[in-house]
Amino acid sequence: MTDMPDTTLTPDPSHVAEGHPSSDDAAGYYTPGTPLTDTKAPGGPIADRWQTRKFEARLVNPANRRKLDVIIVGTGLAGASAAATMGEAGYNVKSFCYQDSPRRAHSIAAQGGINAAKNYKEDGDSAHRLFYDTVKGGDYRSRESNVYRLAEVSVNIIDQCVAQGVPFAREYGGLLDNRSFGGVQVSRTFYARGQTGQQLLIGAYQALERQVAAGTVETFTRHEMLELIVVDDGDGPRARGIIVRDMVTGEIETHLADVVVLASGGYGNVFFLSTNAMGCNVTAAWRAHRKGAYMANPCYTQIHPTCIPVTGSHQSKLTLMSESLRNDGRIWVPKKKEDCDKDPRSIAEEDRDYFLERIYPSFGNLVPRDIASRAAKYMCDEGRGVGPEVDGVRRGVYLDFQDAIARLGKEGVEEKYDNLLDMYERITGENPYEVPMRIYPAVHYVMGGLWVDYDLQSTIPGLFVTGEANFSDHGANRLGASALMQGLADGYFVLPHTIRDYLADAPFEKIPEDHPAVVEAKQAVTERIEHFLTVNGTRSVDSYHRELGNIMWEYCGMERTEDGLKKAIDLIRSLKDDFYRNVKVLGTADSLNQSLEKAGRVADFFELGELMCIDALNRRESCGGHFRAESQTEDGEALRHDDQFAYVAAWEFAGEKPVLHKEELTYTAIEMKQRSYK
Amino acid sequence: MAIQNSGPTLVQGARATQSTIFLKILMAASGAVFIAFVLLHMYGNLKAFNGHDAYNEYAEHLRELGTPMLPHSGALWIIRAVLILSLVVHVYCAATLWKRAKKARTVRYQVKKHTGAIFASRMMRWGGVTLLLFIIWHLLNFTIGKVNVTGGATNDPYNLVVDSFSTWWLTVIYLVAMAMLGAHLHHGIWSATQTLGLTNSDRTRKLAKNSAFTLAVVIAGGFSLVPIFVLAGVINK
Amino acid sequence: MKLTLNIWRQTDANDAGAMHTYQVDDVSPDMSFLEMLDVLNEDLNAKDEEPIAFDSDCREGICGMCSLMINGEPHGPEVTTTCQLHMRSFKDGDTITIEPWRASAFPVLKDLCVDRSAFDRIIQAGGYISVNTGSAPEAHSVPVPRDDAMRAFNVATCIGCGACVAACPNGSASLFMGAKITHLGELPQGQPERDSRVTNMVAQHDHEGFGGCTNIGECAAACPKEIPLDVISQLNKDLRTAIKHGH
Repeated sequence: MTDMPDTTLTPDPSHVAEGHPSSDDAAGYYTPGTPLTDTKAPGGPIADRWQTRKFEARLVNPANRRKLDVIIVGTGLAGASAAATMGEAGYNVKSFCYQDSPRRAHSIAAQGGINAAKNYKEDGDSAHRLFYDTVKGGDYRSRESNVYRLAEVSVNIIDQCVAQGVPFAREYGGLLDNRSFGGVQVSRTFYARGQTGQQLLIGAYQALERQVAAGTVETFTRHEMLELIVVDDGDGPRARGIIVRDMVTGEIETHLADVVVLASGGYGNVFFLSTNAMGCNVTAAWRAHRKGAYMANPCYTQIHPTCIPVTGSHQSKLTLMSESLRNDGRIWVPKKKEDCDKDPRSIAEEDRDYFLERIYPSFGNLVPRDIASRAAKYMCDEGRGVGPEVDGVRRGVYLDFQDAIARLGKEGVEEKYDNLLDMYERITGENPYEVPMRIYPAVHYVMGGLWVDYDLQSTIPGLFVTGEANFSDHGANRLGASALMQGLADGYFVLPHTIRDYLADAPFEKIPEDHPAVVEAKQAVTERIEHFLTVNGTRSVDSYHRELGNIMWEYCGMERTEDGLKKAIDLIRSLKDDFYRNVKVLGTADSLNQSLEKAGRVADFFELGELMCIDALNRRESCGGHFRAESQTEDGEALRHDDQFAYVAAWEFAGEKPVLHKEELTYTAIEMKQRSYK
Repeated sequence: MAIQNSGPTLVQGARATQSTIFLKILMAASGAVFIAFVLLHMYGNLKAFNGHDAYNEYAEHLRELGTPMLPHSGALWIIRAVLILSLVVHVYCAATLWKRAKKARTVRYQVKKHTGAIFASRMMRWGGVTLLLFIIWHLLNFTIGKVNVTGGATNDPYNLVVDSFSTWWLTVIYLVAMAMLGAHLHHGIWSATQTLGLTNSDRTRKLAKNSAFTLAVVIAGGFSLVPIFVLAGVINK
Repeated sequence: MKLTLNIWRQTDANDAGAMHTYQVDDVSPDMSFLEMLDVLNEDLNAKDEEPIAFDSDCREGICGMCSLMINGEPHGPEVTTTCQLHMRSFKDGDTITIEPWRASAFPVLKDLCVDRSAFDRIIQAGGYISVNTGSAPEAHSVPVPRDDAMRAFNVATCIGCGACVAACPNGSASLFMGAKITHLGELPQGQPERDSRVTNMVAQHDHEGFGGCTNIGECAAACPKEIPLDVISQLNKDLRTAIKHGH
């Protein structure tokens, strides 16, 4: 047994805090650590901070840049934009992705749009308002300096993308169109029909490929990062490279550099079923975490209420439909359980329970995402869900357009929603103009990620993290059309400036491939692969992943409780043990082997899942995408506890008992308020 | 069998005139010459309906075209030169592109449907070969060799036509060839407009496809009239 | 339902490869085609047979990673991607033949996975607008006529899956190239590099070993994003213009 998770690791004593709070749900599951501060964010008025930092960050002589090697893992919006920009600046960039082309990264699937404080509609928008909306939307759990910067650079993103040829929607006069999105009161969302992510990603991809032709960027497709190389040559540890596996030949390659950037996306696939792509995984981030990068707020998960429900145990992923459907569709379940398998059209009006309209009369079907999601879950838990039974429960509620058709006519509904309704029909085979649609919530995005400072640098010097892979900008909940904004802001406009302060000290001493740190990292990877291929157990990787996903969804999904989370941790631990003993991975190490790829990813999901539960257990409050049943108002609304939890929970890896470092959140430019929608 | 990729290198010093599309443009342009030619040829053939003298006069007139500026048969030889050049270009480009296409897919599908393709488009290459063989025979028959399969005289164009098409199997050969020509034109005319970049919208594409079909029917049909009417005895000596 | 699957298996690029026949029972009409293959793979794994390698990622029809020639049609009988094809498009007892994309420029890596990096190199050759980060002018400084923007968008929806190449009897990537040429050529930002873009992309296309287009139209019929044939006309026109300008 070569690669059992090291549970005996003890944390660095200097990181461990004195004392132990007694009324602590997660007591015993973690070790309290020293507080953490972001030392890079400049002080002063919030609107000046980014300018100050850009000025203070040291420059790198253009002649030196080509001598500096930059590794960027991931080619989504955050990775491709960073690689292109760093290439343009003259650095020597290596870009890695597990897909067969950089253009396939999952940013491509984002539908709605991208926010930017252009104020083209003259409706009172500004960087400050976008900042305000984002902090508030994040339930006051994000870092205000970062968010302000995000809002500030948002306008540059649109300019850049338009110049690249991104075909945004336009008005008749030839100027860019905007729409309002995600419940905000200004129209600041730029869009390209329902394929904004695709168009933005292709813009970044083209910029990246242009640099490949220019010789500044080298791309490594079908390459998966399996380990981070951290070297301490006397002046403290630094990230100096990565170990990757060529997914076609199986060769384990070492790539060394002066700096490593992770733009490897989110980890929603820990739930097995999510709207993420099949290949989305946490391995790059988790390997970095195990090497010393703290993981921040891992429990913050965004769940989207309007996805197409699961149809059976064969289900491999979930598909999201735009939330705009709730503007005209009415959500209901049968009042009586015995009606649940009936044709919905035959259920009389008085036998239908329009539960959102009933419970939240003023907002009705337009309650926020998390409320709508939880309400649907409760209905199904009660046994009033509809659609096919999966593992004994019907998980779906109706989203009915009959009233809308009566009001607007079929043409009216078609005009607004035809692409969504067509997509629904393609997937389900049911005509939503005749039969009510069925929807159910699904995991969509994770706000948590590797902890980074204002410079986007993790707790490992020389390891930078951008996009969904970091935790920084969305707090406990992300606003619609803000993920694309953050990915591109990080890659085009933030990282290229902040990274130069680090690279001003480079080039660092060359590392030979036989350096002990390199050899050790490479050996760890080889042994792990060897282990998976030699267990020769009885269960497939997917079956473990599915079971882990069920545990996470049940206990660390829409609603979390102390008991449930503790149970989940036990279940995950025993499942993980079984996985290492009983998994069955066929094929060889030196060929294209998709089971082997998945085995490594699932192994890391186990450890992440456990940490997510511990983080959720620790945070005995409800905020944004994290709902603790113990912390709600009498009306069932999420209840924050700013006095106890206005901090970022940054977890240091230490085996089974991680160390919690708290970064206090202070707000100087905005006042904390409790969310209210009633 | 291992499939070889041409390798991950970027082309330096690209020239538009060395591209496959340039070959296609040459094919379209040379094809356009033939379209004009067959239209006129077909029109001339219909003179057979006007009787022996009108037809022979027309044939002779072709030789007088351009005189006295040009010598006797001068214009005809210029036209012939252009046609021969076009044929060489057309066949050369077709052969080059055919060879490329063969190399572009060396392992064939076990099952392949041809959704979106019309029969004519898939017949272009073998159809083209057939037409080439036909043209050789046709020139031997009426222009170079002047073969009269009935053993009659060959110095009277009208009589040669009537003698030839009174022979049923020769008429069949010609009608089959005209069907091939029609198919070749049906796809070829549309393809030429597309290659010349004239079909950049839904509307122009439909227009080009319809025009191609109409022209193909008119030309192939027009050519077929004389042999059919000769065989039926309507056109006779 | 029960199905018989004839699937191409090939251990690596150097292996000859052959068709293998598998039976799958208990196929639900609600499964996507790829989920049906997942189920087959679970079954193979249980029987100690190595699962079949096939590409997929987003499974919502947008990333372009999935492929598969299904009964002689790229992405199968519907106008969509394989990941969005559902088993209700088939009948109980059907035999389905599944092959990889066949093109010399797309060598098979294993089973049903092919290498489409030739597409990336075509883009490298010129499928972009040269604008360094930070040097862009204000977005509203250049209005774009709405119809031009719409056409650019409609063809920019290409997902680079390679179905056009797979369908083309000549193994040509003209539809893929035409979509990019049209997308960038419709926009004012794309004008300065218009001639060099088409010249370089076409040269790279030819260099990669794709065949020449003969305007048959199987590409557009196979395209899951319904990119129309007129982009190839646009491509040809742009190349002709480039020749006129001395490229």
